[in-house]
Amino acid sequence: MTQATDTKLQPTRSRASRIIPWLSRYAPFVCLLLLMVIFSFLSPAFLSQQNLFNVMRQISIEGLIAVGMTFVILTAGIDLSVGSLVAVAGLTAAIIAKGTTASSFSLSADEAQGYGWFAAMMGAIAVGLLGGAIQGTAITKLKVPPFVVTLGGLSVFRGMALMISGSGPISGFEADYRFWGQGRLGAVPIPVIIFLAIAAIAFVVLRYTRYGRQVYAVGGNREAARLAGVNVERVLLSVYVIIGFLAGLAGFVLSARLNSAEAVAGMGYELNVIAAVVIGGTSLFGGIGTIFGTVIGAILIGVLNNGLVLMNVNPYVQQITIGLILVAVVAFDQFAKSRRLK
Amino acid sequence: MTEPLLRMEYIIKRFPGVLALDDVSLEILPGETHGLLGENGAGKSTLLKILSGAYAPDAGTITLGGTPLRFKNPIDAQKHGIITIYQEFNLIPTMTVAENMFLCREPGSNGFVSWSKMRDETAKVLQHLNLSFDPMTPVSDLSVGEQQMVEIARALSRDSRIIVMDEPTAALTEREVEHLFRIIADLKARGLSIIYVTHRLNEVEQICDRVTVLRDGKRVGGGKVGELKVDDFVKMMVGRSSSQLFTRLGGDRSTGPVVMTVKNISRDRDPTNPHATLLKDVSLEVRAGEILGLAGLMGAGRTELARAIFGADPFGHGTVEIDGKPLHLRSPADAIRHGIGLVPEDRKQQALFLDLAIRHNLAISNLKALSFGRWFVSDKAETALVERFRKALDIRMASPDDPISGLSGGNQQKVVLARWLALKPKVLIVDEPTRGIDIAAKAEVHQQLDLMARAGIAIIAISSELPEVMAISDRIITMREGRVTGTMPGARATEESLMHLMAIEQPSSTPIASAGPQ
Repeated sequence: MTQATDTKLQPTRSRASRIIPWLSRYAPFVCLLLLMVIFSFLSPAFLSQQNLFNVMRQISIEGLIAVGMTFVILTAGIDLSVGSLVAVAGLTAAIIAKGTTASSFSLSADEAQGYGWFAAMMGAIAVGLLGGAIQGTAITKLKVPPFVVTLGGLSVFRGMALMISGSGPISGFEADYRFWGQGRLGAVPIPVIIFLAIAAIAFVVLRYTRYGRQVYAVGGNREAARLAGVNVERVLLSVYVIIGFLAGLAGFVLSARLNSAEAVAGMGYELNVIAAVVIGGTSLFGGIGTIFGTVIGAILIGVLNNGLVLMNVNPYVQQITIGLILVAVVAFDQFAKSRRLK
Repeated sequence: MTEPLLRMEYIIKRFPGVLALDDVSLEILPGETHGLLGENGAGKSTLLKILSGAYAPDAGTITLGGTPLRFKNPIDAQKHGIITIYQEFNLIPTMTVAENMFLCREPGSNGFVSWSKMRDETAKVLQHLNLSFDPMTPVSDLSVGEQQMVEIARALSRDSRIIVMDEPTAALTEREVEHLFRIIADLKARGLSIIYVTHRLNEVEQICDRVTVLRDGKRVGGGKVGELKVDDFVKMMVGRSSSQLFTRLGGDRSTGPVVMTVKNISRDRDPTNPHATLLKDVSLEVRAGEILGLAGLMGAGRTELARAIFGADPFGHGTVEIDGKPLHLRSPADAIRHGIGLVPEDRKQQALFLDLAIRHNLAISNLKALSFGRWFVSDKAETALVERFRKALDIRMASPDDPISGLSGGNQQKVVLARWLALKPKVLIVDEPTRGIDIAAKAEVHQQLDLMARAGIAIIAISSELPEVMAISDRIITMREGRVTGTMPGARATEESLMHLMAIEQPSSTPIASAGPQ
């Protein structure tokens, strides 16, 4: 039935059929604005600058990973290991910073035997890169599906984190370390700046570089990409390295914000991160999606959580709401798609 | 005159922005094979979908055996004995033949399936159709032709009155086509009617009793086969005569030196793709500015050869040389670097990114040339490239930013051609370059291939349509079962002489028919 489809894509006159594609394109954005309007009426504190920065700071760490997850999902892949990798990276950073696996709240300079925040950050990133590269290699060379490889990674990295931190959380960093999680530039929290800067770079990479085009091509049609001369394996490997890098960075920032690194850090991040990407309009089948959408998706989840807290809603209800919104957004997308094709 | 079994009268179907069927009527007599002809987009598929219950008509009536009917859905139509066999089969590949035959109506009781009954019933139907495979074979292990037989068997087991076949021979070998025709004759003898949709007009003469021709959503003619000839069908379908369709191009082209030499390529059994034809010592050469036609029946190994040369599949041994230098091909990217391009046979699966914009589809292989500062793609350079080929190839599109899925097949194919032209290849392999596109677009593609050859590109053209191969090629190589069986100049080739080389085993003592490229 290829014949009629060509002719069926003609624009139509009715109002609904013009609004629905527009809505489906900007659905997450419209949904976000709507939520913000509702919350600002229900809770006066919501729109304060202080609160909005709070929301942004809360989402910045998962948002950072969501940027990487966008690359992965664009290639029709998935990474379930990010939360565990965050924990390993955070612990690595903490150990490097303190020069010991033991926890100490003493902050005086002469007691600190470590190597400083820079080495710590680099160590966390290196761990992330390594974790991503190993998983990417298993996916491309051993042909194990990403779901399986990273489900394994989720378990392996969490186990490693628990081994490393046998003696409990590692806490109490120097001020210049904590700055990366707790500091501000003007009024803007540092994690927010990191998140938005990374998102901006990712946007440029996906939209304006050869590499970005290849990511979309590999996700859109792997065989066609290969026959068009794209090195498919290299692209696939690279997206897992990218998300590993960002999980490592996120692990460092998280430890700085909490002034503590622990084995259970980042537990369940993969779910929120995937939710943000999917709510943002990225297709799990690959080839469709944007960084802008992911940022909106992450903010939407943050606003929802924050607004419900301000309204004193039971925290369990928050989880239920996010789950429902996730399904609703994708359902609407499917509905809009079927309207377009009819 | 016999009372028609099926009457579709004054059918109208509108889609947003287009009138797909405009007052179309169709009458099917009991026990006849009725050909339904028309170019792509003529409305055949829409008419079939209405008949099979997938669409509801906006106006018009359907009468089956004297009773007016309105199908609510495809299952409703099937209950009334109208079974449609689409090009893409509705079989579940992981299930067995028997399970597919009885899908959703498994014999048994209390929710339990009686496997023995299912197997026996299936065996009975298969035997009736002279099919030798086991009912417990998974469908994925069958050839395309055998799968189609399963579809027909399923239709038979359902007490059908009308079987609709949409392009049934498109993927069949010559022998499978013969088998199919025997089965159709048998079905007719039992009083079943068959609606036969095809582009292959000589088949219509062979097996259809009457035809109906559609064009642009209207019925433009029809009648008894025999009174109407192939030329008449073609005239009705396109509004012009067939001699114009495949004008032989390029008689005045001159060819240059040998660009690519393929020496003794073999392909061994590959566990990841057991259905691929094995190549046996295939050698050929192609010159600059030459169009080398590659003719062969399904399974002759043409596509496998193309993919081997392009580095898309591994091959056992043999060499590919460009300008006398042997290449080391491990991937398509290697082949592209050495100036080889491939327009694959399955446009949607192997060439297009349906969700992406036209411009991105066109530029994907060419990003290096369009980029600045090593990494960045220049929007300006890309737009210039798209505009250049939009004009050169007359690609009709609203905006290059639209997804390519909205273009017609012909325009999609032009985008794929443009992708390779932009790379200025030395050798371009086109595998079924006009499959699934309408006749006017076919002629345009032929013209483009001629222009490319004139620009000095060596072209290897694979096509299952012999008239097409003959119209565009300077030289034609025939293949059969993974071997080259002959070569002859395009101008001298006839369908009969090619078919001889493609289909009939040559006595090994006689040297293969051969004539130089010039």
